[in-house]
Amino acid sequence: MMKKELGLCLLLVVISAITGGINPAFLSWVNLLNMANLIGLFGVFALGEGLVIITGGIDLSLGSMFALLGVVFVDLLTTYQIAWPLALLLVLMGGLALGGIQGFLITRLKMQPFIVTLCGLLIYRGAARYYTSDSTRGFGYGDEASTLSNIASGNVAGIPNTFIFLIILALILGVLLHRSVYGRWLYAVGKNEEAARFSGINTNVVIATAYIISGGLAAVSTVLFVFYTNSVSPSSFGNFYELYAIAAAVLGGCSLRGGEGSILGIVLGTALLQVLQNLVNILGIPNSLNFAVMGTVILIGVLADQQLQSRRRRQAALEGLARTAPRSTHSQGKQGASAHGAAALPTGTGDQA
Amino acid sequence: MAETLLELSGISKTYPGIRALDNVSLRVCRGEVLGLIGENGAGKSTLMRVLGGVIAPSEGVIRIGGHDHARMTVSEATRAGIAFVHQELNLFENLDVAANVFIGREKLTGGPLKLVDNAEMHTRVTPLLERLGADFTPNTLVDNLSIAERQMVEIAKALSIDARVIIMDEPTSSLTISETERLLAVIADLKAHGISVIYISHRLGEIMACADRVVVLRDGRTVGELARDELTHAAMIRLMIGRDLKALYTPPKRSPQPGGCDIAGVVTAGFPDRQINLSVRRGEILGLAGLVGAGRTSLARAVFGIDPLLGGEIRIDNAPVDVASPRDAIRQGIYLVPEDRKKSGLVLELPIRENVTLASLLDYARMWLVNGTAERKIAKEQARSLSIRAPSIDMEAVTLSGGNQQKVVLGKWLSMQPRVMFFDEPTRGIDVGAKSEIYTLMRGLADQGVAIVMISSDMEEVIGVSDRVAVMHEGSVSGVLERDQFSEYNVLRLAVGQELETLETALQ
Repeated sequence: MMKKELGLCLLLVVISAITGGINPAFLSWVNLLNMANLIGLFGVFALGEGLVIITGGIDLSLGSMFALLGVVFVDLLTTYQIAWPLALLLVLMGGLALGGIQGFLITRLKMQPFIVTLCGLLIYRGAARYYTSDSTRGFGYGDEASTLSNIASGNVAGIPNTFIFLIILALILGVLLHRSVYGRWLYAVGKNEEAARFSGINTNVVIATAYIISGGLAAVSTVLFVFYTNSVSPSSFGNFYELYAIAAAVLGGCSLRGGEGSILGIVLGTALLQVLQNLVNILGIPNSLNFAVMGTVILIGVLADQQLQSRRRRQAALEGLARTAPRSTHSQGKQGASAHGAAALPTGTGDQA
Repeated sequence: MAETLLELSGISKTYPGIRALDNVSLRVCRGEVLGLIGENGAGKSTLMRVLGGVIAPSEGVIRIGGHDHARMTVSEATRAGIAFVHQELNLFENLDVAANVFIGREKLTGGPLKLVDNAEMHTRVTPLLERLGADFTPNTLVDNLSIAERQMVEIAKALSIDARVIIMDEPTSSLTISETERLLAVIADLKAHGISVIYISHRLGEIMACADRVVVLRDGRTVGELARDELTHAAMIRLMIGRDLKALYTPPKRSPQPGGCDIAGVVTAGFPDRQINLSVRRGEILGLAGLVGAGRTSLARAVFGIDPLLGGEIRIDNAPVDVASPRDAIRQGIYLVPEDRKKSGLVLELPIRENVTLASLLDYARMWLVNGTAERKIAKEQARSLSIRAPSIDMEAVTLSGGNQQKVVLGKWLSMQPRVMFFDEPTRGIDVGAKSEIYTLMRGLADQGVAIVMISSDMEEVIGVSDRVAVMHEGSVSGVLERDQFSEYNVLRLAVGQELETLETALQ
């Protein structure tokens, strides 16, 4: 399991070293901090997307959620002059509620996640544009929420707060996913929903919770992005960001079939994507090739991972056979019935009489 | 002697570290039904894969119609007239019968356009289906067919390529009693037409009924061959496992205690106009027999809270219990070992440990955080007490044999406090040795005061293991048999909805 994360780390280091070798500016403190900021911004919602992907679902609505929650958030602070803690709370609840609705449609009404969240993508974007009559919302020259702005876009000893948020959230979600009962259920549901249900797990609640967490993290990201850009243009804010999240999760080892992935992997996946984007700029590769580079790396990454996995599985199978072989002869002598060898399967057992 | 159609001689297959087949020889004559038996892993499937050209043997010769092959490809095997009726059927549910029969060999029309000639395919399939006595048409969607009917499609497919040898691997594992009989009739008809059948099954009764000759494999070797007149259960079992299997039935340690589970007037979605009344006492194994589709699995699912209960009530020790979901049922100590363990019983990709604690994880957690030590301890305990054969409890369940997988499912429930347990086809696809282990475990549970309901379509198992047998017919219980009334005949009569014969009517 950890091998995948180790591989990603290695890839990250190698790419950084090569890029840094070609252009030392890549490894400059300013550039690294800039990347850390972006990794923080894109990592937070990628974590939520990862949880959803582990259930075997997908959340396509994130980018539009940013636009809708973003315009509402700016409006609450500027037009309605609401105190920032309250505005923050409302936006957070908004994100959780949108996630909850999607989760309800998917689990209770048995709709397909792709369709539900695709419709979310269309509806939220449309609502944001209608609500603002397609005009950009931003902060005036007043000091609305300057405290929050400082929290969201500030830094501690130079390290951007967004990155710190990401680390904190990753730690919390890491414990949730890898150490808690809920995390175990999430993997079980992602791998085999029916068996999970037959074991008394309320699979609907488990899945819906993943969408709710994703919605909540989308709200957090909205606030971070709003203070990063300082304005929200409803037709373009957050466009395609859900795809970044999916790409990061997949690159980080999540399988769209569900049941696979880790928090560390998702964080590393996000980091790798941002490094690639940065590398395109730093190395003077035409900006228009940005997406193409990203796509190629994901393709190669996933392909390499699959090849390595099947090789590892073959090896495990052979080891399993080698390990059980002596024991089978032993049991033959005693009971005259051993049972493998029907195929090259790593049964690792001798189910004899 | 009849003409030899197919001969395997000295076939060996070696994988690194294991000899899956060791100098196996086999001969099939024209129009002969050859029974091939052996425990799981004895090498039957490997041998058949060699024959089908899927894998190449390391040594040996395959002789078909006078030609020797050191190995065959799949298409050579097909051309030589070898056809498979698979254990797990390989049909396309979204296509109709004719399309499935001609899959990959579609009749074409329209010259260069290469359009599929549906009409032609239908006309060709119709006589095949008639010959098999099938009551569906070539344009029926396979999705709408039962497993038995799908098997007929597979056989029709074999006939359409003029197969001379049809290999049937566990063909009856999902069939009802009457469907099995129909299949045996079809086999007799194939035989009469000079087609040979290699019949692989764990069900010795069927082998007795249809085989002309039986070859027994054990540990990749041919350990014996029985001619028709030498066929007895005892002889076959002796050869398969190299020892006599002791009688299946172990009587309970003490007589059933009061209390247990009462199913009163329960209505399930499958048969909304029928009520089910059934009670099983603590310490008793109640066999639940009946044809597939009689509502036995639906009953288990309803009692376990998977499907809604449309009426009636469930009482445990005379107290009504509410089972709106599996969670409720589990809280009441009602557990289900489902029919399809790979789909519903286990998360195959998770380790043994996580499967064992899947239903009770909160018991091994504090503040929702899993206590790894406690979890490992309970998983190890279960692995030991159930003798799950695996190098470690961190092995993924998918790497285990069927019998050991079933034990992991059992471990999941036995790590908790069962009061009533439903076993749905607990030994399907499990080899003889592991079967008897499962029976011993069930008896042990009953002796601890658990009420056990064992749904089974295997007559030997129903009669050999149960303390009482309830038989279901079309959604309700048609009768309950005490041990002194046990007979295949009585179970069958009730299963098809007839009254039990009393002594008087029998004498008339």
